[in-house]
Amino acid sequence: MSLFHRHRNLTPYLLLAPGVLFLAVFFVVPLGYLAEQSLQSGNFDIGYTFSWQWSNYWDAIHNYKAQFIRSLEYAGIATLLALVISYPVAYWIAFRGGRWKNLLLLFIVAPFFVTYLIRTLAWETILSDNGFVVNTLQALHVLGPSGRLLATSTAVVTGITYNFLPFMALPLYVSLEQIDGRMIEAAEDLYASKWHAFWRVTFPLSLPGVVAGTLLTFIPAAGDFINAELLGSTDNHMIGNVIQSKFLQLTDYPAAAAMSFILMGGILVAVFLYARVVGTEQLTGTAA
Amino acid sequence: MSDQLTRQELLKRAAIGGAAITFPGILAACGGSGTSASGGTTSVEHKLASTLRFSNWTLYMDVNKKTKAFPSLDAFQKKTGVHVDYTEDINDNASFFAKIQGPLSRGQSVNRDIVVLTDNDRYLGLMLRKGWAEKLDKSAIPNMKNLVDVQKHPNFDPDRDYTLPWQSGMSGIAYNDTLTDPVLSIDDLLENPKLKGKITVLNSMGDAMTIVMLSNGDDPTNVTDKAWNAAFKRIKTAVDNKQIRQFTGNDYAPILARGDLMAAMSWSGDIAQIGNKHLHWNVPEAGGALWTDNMLIPKGGDVYTASVYMNYVYDPKVQGAMEAGDPKKNITGIYYIPPVKGAGAFAKKLDPAVASNPLIFPSAETLGKVKIFDSKALNNQKYLEQWQNLVSS
Repeated sequence: MSLFHRHRNLTPYLLLAPGVLFLAVFFVVPLGYLAEQSLQSGNFDIGYTFSWQWSNYWDAIHNYKAQFIRSLEYAGIATLLALVISYPVAYWIAFRGGRWKNLLLLFIVAPFFVTYLIRTLAWETILSDNGFVVNTLQALHVLGPSGRLLATSTAVVTGITYNFLPFMALPLYVSLEQIDGRMIEAAEDLYASKWHAFWRVTFPLSLPGVVAGTLLTFIPAAGDFINAELLGSTDNHMIGNVIQSKFLQLTDYPAAAAMSFILMGGILVAVFLYARVVGTEQLTGTAA
Repeated sequence: MSDQLTRQELLKRAAIGGAAITFPGILAACGGSGTSASGGTTSVEHKLASTLRFSNWTLYMDVNKKTKAFPSLDAFQKKTGVHVDYTEDINDNASFFAKIQGPLSRGQSVNRDIVVLTDNDRYLGLMLRKGWAEKLDKSAIPNMKNLVDVQKHPNFDPDRDYTLPWQSGMSGIAYNDTLTDPVLSIDDLLENPKLKGKITVLNSMGDAMTIVMLSNGDDPTNVTDKAWNAAFKRIKTAVDNKQIRQFTGNDYAPILARGDLMAAMSWSGDIAQIGNKHLHWNVPEAGGALWTDNMLIPKGGDVYTASVYMNYVYDPKVQGAMEAGDPKKNITGIYYIPPVKGAGAFAKKLDPAVASNPLIFPSAETLGKVKIFDSKALNNQKYLEQWQNLVSS
């Protein structure tokens, strides 16, 4: 008994150990390695050496400002679109899905059974210059007769929105599904209109889902390069394309590493600002 | 170039002495210990491994469409007892190099005996400069004498000590005849307003720059800053004018076939493989690019076994069969340009259509119009960065 008491203080740490070890091996070590690489100088032929080469960072910001901003912009728009599209869908499934809930959720997840690349290539066909979408938009005079969607920012944002939609829809569904229907009834009993009840009760209660969904969408979308590569022109390339080209084509690993850190920093700042606006309790879901 | 002449000249000899040519091949392949009199080479053990690990690009081997077997590899196993572990895991030079450079830089083996890299990208030269390739065992490759003359002394490997061509191909212009008049020149491709936003350019610097420099009247085999700047400016202008829709690898092919593109800077083999009668490929009026994929043995690979295999594919009879396949047996050939003298005669016996296809056995005139990009320029960091900034940002 006394032995147990003596060791009891250690128990939480022992329980934490696997998680901490996991984070150390798969997160801290690679990140440290990347940080070290981002401050190296030299070239691939003679080899890279660590030399506190901060200019890698300044050069990246100076030369690729447009791509950094574009990445955050495309990811931001795609996140917003995904939210606007997913919310009604998730709402409907949660409150009206009935016994079809699981099947409907499966429909949202189903595209994920197909690989990312193929899903994106499918959009190349959907948005094709001679395809149904472009023809319709041309008939409606939304697009000019020689207008097109492929190789434009519209196609890239569409691709990103589509590819990350389930990351938005699923957390939204979970938070909406947990809402106690009696709260909404109570609001209506207290003479709230349907619209009021939604804005004052349902929406605030679903905020943890909104926050989780936007983060899960925005963060990977900002680093994406497949959509810009396949659906965009050179004017629509994102920072992921630049990192890929620095890493693979130019074998300039320090520059690629520095850009990854800048992107990470940019995303952290964006998330921080977001958290300030919506409140940290939404971020951690403690408000639910 | 003189390639075709020598090839035809060799056809006769091959027809007469075909057996004589293949004989040393069989000898070496059977492990009949070749005299290791090839001087300088480090002592290579002349013993065949049980397996040859070979990494190649996709769709780059004769294949039986029904059984999915590779007839030439099966025949090699029958002949030598060496099983070929054949992997089609190379999609582009850059990402394959990224995969193998880690272990190679740490002195580890990449578990491959042969890999295939392209000469108009920088990585082949980089492998050699870094010392990451094993020297070929030339004593085991007597068939090396069948290498076409143009390929004998490339500037990245002047005496072919480390590399041997697998296949070559040409880069030029493809167009869709239902959408546009024939597009036969770079002037048309990059500057005809009718094609605005309906063309793509290859993202491979060596291909694109060779073609544009030739159109400018400059020499792509010996690149000067002046020639580079002129060609670069021309492409940049076409990007700024929205003439060029995208820079692509071979992903332009489905877009072209679908009709979203009127024309594209393109690799000959892609168009031959699509087999759409509305898509035409041609060498631009001012000339096109010639590239060659080269076999090499990465450090740690089995030099002797790999060399014996190279000797096998340099047998004109084997090469001819690999190139042509056999329509009667449902075997599809490689359909690129073979680097082996005398292969055409054997290809003709199996599939005359292949032997007369100008994309596979180009005429001397065509070969005279295609140039190999300067390998020094491929490694010019300034050029590389300028190019990458153009195509990827």
